[in-house]
Amino acid sequence: MSSQDIPEENLPAEQDHAHGSAVGVADEQNPFADPGLPPHEHRVQDIDERAAKRSERAVAFLFTLSMLATVGFIASYVAIPADKSVFVFPIGHLSALNFALGLTLGTALFTIGAGAVHWARTLMSDVEVADERHAIAAPPEVRAKVHADFKQGAKESALGRRKLIRNTMFGAIALVPLSGVVLLRDLGPLPEDKLRHTLWSKGKLLVNMNTNEPLRPSDVAVGSLTFAKPEGLEEHDEEFQNEIAKAALMIVRLQPDNIKDKQELDWSYQGIVAYSKICTHVGCPISLYEQQTHHVLCPCHQSTFDLSDGARVIFGPAGHALPQLRIGVNDEGYLEALGDFEEPVGPAFWERG
Amino acid sequence: MSTNETIESNESRERGKAPAGERIADWADGRLGIYSLAKANMRKIFPDHWSFMLGEICLYSFIIIILTGVYLTLFFHPSMNEVEYHGSYVPLQGQLMSEAFSSTLHISFDVRGGLLIRQIHHWAALIFLAGMFVHMMRVFFTGAFRKPREVNWLFGFLLFVLGMFTGFTGYSLPDDLLSGTGVRFTQGAILSMPIVGTYISMFLFGGEFPGHDFVARFYSIHILLLPGIMLGLVVGHLILVFYHKHTQFAGPGKSNKNVVGMPLLPVYMAKAGGFFFLVFGVIAVIAGIAQINPIWAMGPYRPDQVSTGAQPDWYMGFAEGLIRFMPGWEINLWGHTLVLGVFIPLVLFGVVLAALAMYPFIEAWITGDKREHHILDRPRNAPTRTALGVAWVTMYMVTLVGGGNDLWATHFHLSINSITWFVRIFFFVGPVIAYILTKRICLGLQRRDHDKVLHGRETGTIKRLPHGEFIEIHEPLSQEQLHTLTAHEQYQPVAIGAAVDENGVERKVKGKEKLRAKISGAYFGEDQQIPKPTVEEYKEITSGHGHH
Amino acid sequence: MKKLSARRRHPLAALVVLLLALAATGGLYAAFAPASKAQADDTAQSLAIDEGKKLYAVGCASCHGTGGQGTSDGPSLVGVGAAAVDFQVGTGRMPAATSQGAQVPSKKVIYTQAEIDQLAAFISSLGAGPSVPTEADYGPEGADIAKGGELFRTNCAQCHNFTGKGGALTKGKYAPTLEGVDPKHIYEAMQTGPQNMPSFPDTTLSEQNKKDIIAYLHAVNSDETNNPGGLELGGLGPVSEGLFAWIFGLGALIAVAVWVAARTAKAKKS
Repeated sequence: MSSQDIPEENLPAEQDHAHGSAVGVADEQNPFADPGLPPHEHRVQDIDERAAKRSERAVAFLFTLSMLATVGFIASYVAIPADKSVFVFPIGHLSALNFALGLTLGTALFTIGAGAVHWARTLMSDVEVADERHAIAAPPEVRAKVHADFKQGAKESALGRRKLIRNTMFGAIALVPLSGVVLLRDLGPLPEDKLRHTLWSKGKLLVNMNTNEPLRPSDVAVGSLTFAKPEGLEEHDEEFQNEIAKAALMIVRLQPDNIKDKQELDWSYQGIVAYSKICTHVGCPISLYEQQTHHVLCPCHQSTFDLSDGARVIFGPAGHALPQLRIGVNDEGYLEALGDFEEPVGPAFWERG
Repeated sequence: MSTNETIESNESRERGKAPAGERIADWADGRLGIYSLAKANMRKIFPDHWSFMLGEICLYSFIIIILTGVYLTLFFHPSMNEVEYHGSYVPLQGQLMSEAFSSTLHISFDVRGGLLIRQIHHWAALIFLAGMFVHMMRVFFTGAFRKPREVNWLFGFLLFVLGMFTGFTGYSLPDDLLSGTGVRFTQGAILSMPIVGTYISMFLFGGEFPGHDFVARFYSIHILLLPGIMLGLVVGHLILVFYHKHTQFAGPGKSNKNVVGMPLLPVYMAKAGGFFFLVFGVIAVIAGIAQINPIWAMGPYRPDQVSTGAQPDWYMGFAEGLIRFMPGWEINLWGHTLVLGVFIPLVLFGVVLAALAMYPFIEAWITGDKREHHILDRPRNAPTRTALGVAWVTMYMVTLVGGGNDLWATHFHLSINSITWFVRIFFFVGPVIAYILTKRICLGLQRRDHDKVLHGRETGTIKRLPHGEFIEIHEPLSQEQLHTLTAHEQYQPVAIGAAVDENGVERKVKGKEKLRAKISGAYFGEDQQIPKPTVEEYKEITSGHGHH
Repeated sequence: MKKLSARRRHPLAALVVLLLALAATGGLYAAFAPASKAQADDTAQSLAIDEGKKLYAVGCASCHGTGGQGTSDGPSLVGVGAAAVDFQVGTGRMPAATSQGAQVPSKKVIYTQAEIDQLAAFISSLGAGPSVPTEADYGPEGADIAKGGELFRTNCAQCHNFTGKGGALTKGKYAPTLEGVDPKHIYEAMQTGPQNMPSFPDTTLSEQNKKDIIAYLHAVNSDETNNPGGLELGGLGPVSEGLFAWIFGLGALIAVAVWVAARTAKAKKS
């Protein structure tokens, strides 16, 4: 890896003239030589006191404007109610308070900056100065001294000689962070089979998300789209979010002879199919259902599934079909689940298999 | 004006007392040694160039983010407890939502100025990341990452990456429907990691998604862990900038051994200090007129709800694009699933960024150059580097476009599937085209510089010679211009060393060495750069038949 | 369509409607004064069907078949109901251009509302279907905006975006923006599921639910919507925000930086 072996001639010739500051006269020998810093030219403000005065007044004006803007900010804060809406062309209806505070604060800050920069640009010296650089690396004698000091220190510690001390020390230092790692164990439970089960089980009714009523087959028309949750799961439940993240269902009705997949037909009820609403890619709730093509699209990464063909993936980054829930009708005529999903819903994971 | 002061200070001297400021400084020096520090830095020289202020935009927006962020913590409740909303935003009245979401609504509608601070915080974050990106590109294309600044390049790179994650965790805190969808995506991506993914997900979320913990955990990451590291890196970055002194473009009086510009006190104190207020002012005005992340319009997060147009903030759009154009590959073997469709983008995300981070070391190995470089390259004078950089940016941009494919589809009446295919192809083809084009453009510009040095500037004045020929008058360049155009260095390709050493013993040529010779040839070999005019060439032309 | 709905909201619109209604009532009274009221209704109805049939034969039959049974160019209209006709024709989607892209866009409406009603009467005579909703169905009275928001996010936002700005579907299809769409048409779209949009019949999305959704949309996506933070930037989320931050945020700051770093003008040498 070392590049010591690169011969010097491969590197470009040093362009610097060793004494950068000594140049300044045109070099007959080398027309490309550095002519040195050009002479300083005066600004109007440097030679005309009236121009300088104008600059001074401009800076003072900007600083004064800033003070006024701050007063305006405080006045707006006090005077404008938080819920007041105004129409500002061409923006539209917006919060009067936010608009006033933003503009006054912005002006108060911007004019301080503009004043300072204008001051620096017109009134402070603009003579360019050259500053010498020094090598970043230390000179050889410093380098030698540091190395010698280190070697002496290392020798005095006898770390190299007393191997037992060295090895046990490394061992101790290597082990001690383990305590910290162990402490992270209680961040969460082990996965076990949590990702494999949902609230669905045999006999659970399919409850309409919108009306919170159990669904009947006659409610679900061909071409319609309905979302359902398992009976008994309510929005106020402690675990609602975790459960709905797995149990959310998308229900559509197809003409039974439009269903190409045999298992899909078997698991449907009179053409009503229930699919997991959770994308098998990374878990967005897909539900962009096109009722004529029977395609359903995920709004996050555009995975597209064909609901008339076992919800197989026809485009996009999802790796496998949407899980289907087997449904039937109970004695009272309501749609019910005939069991849990047969495979894990949502994104794939290592143990999924 | 100063006469009064002089008299005063003379008087105070006479009474044996220095002015108050001087006494305080003396006191501090006796305890902190500030004079030695000030001696080196007070009149520190900074060169003037607008592109040298890009880093300042980042620094100042970072400070603005910290100031506004502290204010927001005074009102934000990082809790996922479900509450019923009864604040002043009517379209959410009575809805169930997490406390995090409802406190963000409270900040936006009921805390006076809260909305402004929220919007400044968020706009500044977008500008911070955009500023870092452009700053990094400036450093890359001018070769400012070369020795001795490689470590500072890495500091800057880390700041960019940490900025992305700080932004992402902050964006997730309000627990709204859009950011929740982003968190869900993150969880899905974590699940795709072989062997450990399921465990990491369970540990990060305290169980199944979404759980009750992630807002509180992201909160401490967002306000303490990541910004803490970033603050340290920013300080280190700045110390190194001071220590190395700023780079400069070639020009008369400027060499590798000096830095030409204006002193910190007073000019840069006023310019840089003033620039802080300018940046803050511009962002405050933007926050007053342009709405950002209206979480009230998105509603509280529910894992079974979603909106189309679900995108992350721009700096994560690159990751979003990678995942959108990836085909859905999944391998099931021996009872395990390898989710390549998600895992490959995850790996690519790291690889593409790491390639950028490692570039300075790769280039240093290829050139074998161990000298310090303080004079910046003009991008055309390092054609291969420039072409590689443009290729990288092209890849990044194509992916960024892919991250918004649904919006381009609706706004330009295109098919989302065609856009995805376009991105799939151009992710590979785009950088190649960009590389070839950029290199040609650079060489063309080099050739033009070459001609300008030898034949002078085209004046646009047409002259008719006695025998009827029309020629354009070329005006010779000044020595300043000649120097500036010829100041750059040109490397020669590395040759493989002799196969026989000085003692006549055969030496084994390592594969690595051959590789380096090959790459070096691609960088500096024939036709990879236009040799700059030599003094001899110049003299021959100018002393001959004169300019025409 | 947009113009029509905009005019509907015009302060004088109510007056115009009132005058038209008065004139129509007067005319009808003059024509049918001697007949009993029920008879008048029946006659008006059959008159409308006849008129509608004529309009249908000219404007629709070439694609949907002479009896509305459908052809390879257009679906059957038996049983789609008056609501579907009112939506499709009232938003200008029908009649469609002969060569269409991925989906039929809304266009300038070419029939008057009276003609649309006649067409609707004819189509509903072919088979029963959802009827045109009334102001009472989609008006703001008794609507719960917050509930509407929740329903919108569950059922609609996945295609139409959080506040109904529209979004992409597969292969060039799209869910259109709901900005400026007549509440009646939104109601009808939910009932009938035009083109690739699924339907949300009253059995799964109750009439009250629909009313709530329309009220929510009015609150978040209409001329009167308040965007407290300022420019809405299309309401599209982070993509337009990112573009704004790059172009106007960073752009403005770079412009300022150029000013800060630029050399001050030098005095002219005399």
